[in-house]
Amino acid sequence: MSTASRIPPPESQLSGWQPVIGLEIHAQLSTQSKLFSGASTAYGAEPNTHTGLVDIALPGTLPVPNRAALDKAIRFGLAIGARIAPHSVFARKNYFYPDLPKGYQISQYELPVVADGTLAVRLDDGRVIEVAIERAHLEEDAGKSLHEEFHGATGIDLNRAGTPLLEIVSKPVLYSAAEAVAYMRAVHTLVRWLGVCDGNMQEGSFRCDANVSVRPAASDKLGTRTEIKNVNSFRFVEKAIEYEIERQIRALENGEKIVQETRLYDPTRHQTRPMRGKENANDYRYFPDPDLPPLAVTADDIAAVKAAMPELPEARRVRYIDALGLPEIDATQLCADRATADYFEAVLAALPGEAKLAANWTLGEVSAALNDAALTIDASRVPASALAQLLTRVREGVISGKIAKDVFAAMWTGEGSADEVIEKRGLKQISDSGALAAAIDAVLAEYPTQLADFRGGNEKLLQFFVGQVMKRTRGQANPQQLNALLREKLKGE
Amino acid sequence: MSSSIAQLAQTLRERNTSAVQLTRDAFAAAKASHADLNALVTIDEAGALAAAERADAALANGSPSALAGIPFVHKDIFCTNGLRTTCASRMLEHFVPPYDATVVEKLAAVAAVSIGKANMDEFAMGSSTENSFFGATKNPWDAARVPGGSSGGSAAAVAAGIVPYATGTDTGGSIRQPAAFCGITGLKPTYGRVSRFGMIAYASSLDCGGVLARSAADCAHVLAAIAGHDGRDATSADRVVDDYAGTLAKPLQGLRIGVAREYFGAGVAAGVGAAVHAALKEYEKLGAALVEISLPSAALAIPAYYVIAPAEASSNLARYDGVRYGYAAKEPKSLEDLYTRTRAEGFGAEVKRRILVGTYALSAGYYDAYYLRAQRVRRLIANDFSAAFKSVDLIAGPTTPTVAFKIGEKTSDPLAMYAEDVNTVAVNLAGLPAISLPAGFSEGLPVGLQLIAPAFAESALLNAAHQFQLATDWHLRTPGGVQ
Amino acid sequence: MSIDAATVRHIARLARLAVSDDELAPIAGELNGVLGLADQLAAAQIDGVAPMAHPHEEMLAFRTDAVTEPDRADAFLALAPDARGGLYLVPKVLE
Repeated sequence: MSTASRIPPPESQLSGWQPVIGLEIHAQLSTQSKLFSGASTAYGAEPNTHTGLVDIALPGTLPVPNRAALDKAIRFGLAIGARIAPHSVFARKNYFYPDLPKGYQISQYELPVVADGTLAVRLDDGRVIEVAIERAHLEEDAGKSLHEEFHGATGIDLNRAGTPLLEIVSKPVLYSAAEAVAYMRAVHTLVRWLGVCDGNMQEGSFRCDANVSVRPAASDKLGTRTEIKNVNSFRFVEKAIEYEIERQIRALENGEKIVQETRLYDPTRHQTRPMRGKENANDYRYFPDPDLPPLAVTADDIAAVKAAMPELPEARRVRYIDALGLPEIDATQLCADRATADYFEAVLAALPGEAKLAANWTLGEVSAALNDAALTIDASRVPASALAQLLTRVREGVISGKIAKDVFAAMWTGEGSADEVIEKRGLKQISDSGALAAAIDAVLAEYPTQLADFRGGNEKLLQFFVGQVMKRTRGQANPQQLNALLREKLKGE
Repeated sequence: MSSSIAQLAQTLRERNTSAVQLTRDAFAAAKASHADLNALVTIDEAGALAAAERADAALANGSPSALAGIPFVHKDIFCTNGLRTTCASRMLEHFVPPYDATVVEKLAAVAAVSIGKANMDEFAMGSSTENSFFGATKNPWDAARVPGGSSGGSAAAVAAGIVPYATGTDTGGSIRQPAAFCGITGLKPTYGRVSRFGMIAYASSLDCGGVLARSAADCAHVLAAIAGHDGRDATSADRVVDDYAGTLAKPLQGLRIGVAREYFGAGVAAGVGAAVHAALKEYEKLGAALVEISLPSAALAIPAYYVIAPAEASSNLARYDGVRYGYAAKEPKSLEDLYTRTRAEGFGAEVKRRILVGTYALSAGYYDAYYLRAQRVRRLIANDFSAAFKSVDLIAGPTTPTVAFKIGEKTSDPLAMYAEDVNTVAVNLAGLPAISLPAGFSEGLPVGLQLIAPAFAESALLNAAHQFQLATDWHLRTPGGVQ
Repeated sequence: MSIDAATVRHIARLARLAVSDDELAPIAGELNGVLGLADQLAAAQIDGVAPMAHPHEEMLAFRTDAVTEPDRADAFLALAPDARGGLYLVPKVLE
């Protein structure tokens, strides 16, 4: 065996039962055109307007594979340390359904392009598990059946038919709903990081089937599994698996047998129920697609994909800790997605040596503002270059860190660049020692009692004087300079 | 119209006739023979005349193609934009494709004039053209006999002199066998030499577009026009198209012809064997050496073919479901009813038989014993050829074991019909090029000689066939007499 | 291997071909004939012989990732036995 299977952690057992879960994730590859035709993959078009001769399966038409889809599959395979097959084979999965125009789906069966990888998954409690990925293969998506539009009829929209998917199949090595969801999130992060999938779950670009079984805790034989189809949110996957585990345990404890079947998750009732109809009794008659000779991948092909590969999240996380000296928690959060990490790096590039400052702002002000506005970091109203300018002014002592937060807020609402806001609002720090000295003298003259107390030994009053000077300078006093000068004056020299 | 392509091209360039005139002549011949032969399913008078006018203009401007302005027919398996393409099936009786097949595009690009679509066995499944929704095509040599199949309409149209050449497809012998039965020359190129885009699929790993014409020289002109790489077909070979016409004249001195003993088995009629042996003697006179060879797995070709081809067909024909185009059952009660009645009513008996056989061969529990085993045998068959071609340049034998049989003679016995393909199917399994050329007569009916070459050696095949045709006149015999 | 009426019904169902009860027996007979032919394969010496699915060993054409198909929905839908509102229609499918 090339991949050792994990041992279930003891806490994953539930009253003597061990749940075992494997996930089949369908990631839509972010290509312009379909897997086997030149029709557009763009989401949301009028029905059937993104179909070509091949997609409606006209007689005589033939599939021709999209090179970019293959390269994206290889990129994913390399990222999980998998084997890239020198020859993989497209196979036909035969079944009749109106959203499947050819009467078969072109997929990969015996020889997938990617096999035997692993992905390190960080759980919420900080533990890291190594999840074995059995395979990832290329296949085409089906169209959509619309059941609501016409009385007594179902409408078929083939826009999605032929869209490239990468089906990522884990081994059954996940032992709780929480582990399954953490793994799903890690895959989601990775495919977006690699630029192979946009990860948009509302549009169905990233969806998941879960194979769930339970067995007596002492057993090492897998129980009969059920497959929960097409769940498209992290929360629903967790709920669906939790429900299914409980249902199976209850059934087994009542002496019932689990039926191997496909089930659907009902998000309103938080339940799974068996899928109706023939889906459960199919004979797909897989065989190599005679229109598509074996897919050869050479060492040169792999080298080319490797050369274009971004630094992987784990490598970057380690670099942030080791080379930049960031705390582990910052590094982990920054590397939760590539856009955040790239934003951080763009800020850092303009502020060499200020990793901690750039990290604090990226994970602090920027994240909070994005959250409030429900924006992703690519759409940040303060782009990395603008934040870099703001932080440069802090480092130069033009404004204080505290003022910078106000400037940031103003920048966020569109008042202008950091320099414009500072200028417009007159926020430049007073670093002129003459002006500062004058302000301090005025404060000391105003509060003779407090001055006497201080000089009598009540050093806590230092903060009181700082506050008063800040008030008088409308917060623009350079804090370090103020501190030094104030101490001098308070001593009465 | 029994002149050769070269003669017609010459006449056109000398302005002794026009493309429009040749096209009208072809219509007249087609109509005159229709009741007797039923060779064509569709005649496209308006489209053909428009194409002929364009061809005359191209000729006036000095069009370089030998095919410019010369009428021909397409087998009704090639999709033609705006012109119905039926595959001789009720399923596609009214189907008008919104695009052209690559072969159709390529012939149009050299100003060749298609006058219509030729009859065939439904979805190219058959060896007699009796399995057509539009009725059987008859053999111009004897209307009581079949023209062979599945490209029987193409073969009959050429043999009857309606057109000088026709396109065809060959999955297990569907160009060569009708060429043999009709006394003409039929070329099945190497798999991948001619694009399959727009050629309605029967068995994708075996299907091959090609040409039926009077002579090898004519085949060379047509192959030059239709061969080549096509980015719309992932099985299309990306290699240079040879100068087929330019190599026809090469003498055959030193050519080694392998005579496979398996191709002269007990099923070969005495008259057919005698004609083929006489033809081989002719080759010796032309300087070729005959070498006896063996293809040990030859007997397994038919069993392997009748598993692989139906398996692929069962999947290829799943798209005919009554939803997006083609025939649909009336008033379906449910989706199942729409599917099962559309397919039961839209397909003929032989097509359904092959779909069922193929479905069975791929189904759980039988895949290994049938489909997978057949694919292993397929490699044995291909290996036989590779081994043989180490010591010979071409392999020869009778194209068919018998001459054209009677209409209705084998319709009730599928196995007898399948046995017709005994000498042709192995070539498709291995993906090789082969040609059938007229080699004499038996019982007053034409006999075909098959020559097989290594992959992409079409030039060698055409050269050998042409030299034979310079020395003999079998290919000039027509049902009406010698030309 | 011998095909009976039940097997014919099963295969016909997989292939979505309507077959009436009185057709079952004759079809079984025909299929047994064809499969009898296929059974000759059992005699072949195929140990260690790799299956050959295709005359070519490698994919011979790829597409670069570009949208090349124009919107021809109207022309395509016009081919359909039943299409309305830009959709192909089929009898109601229950999920």
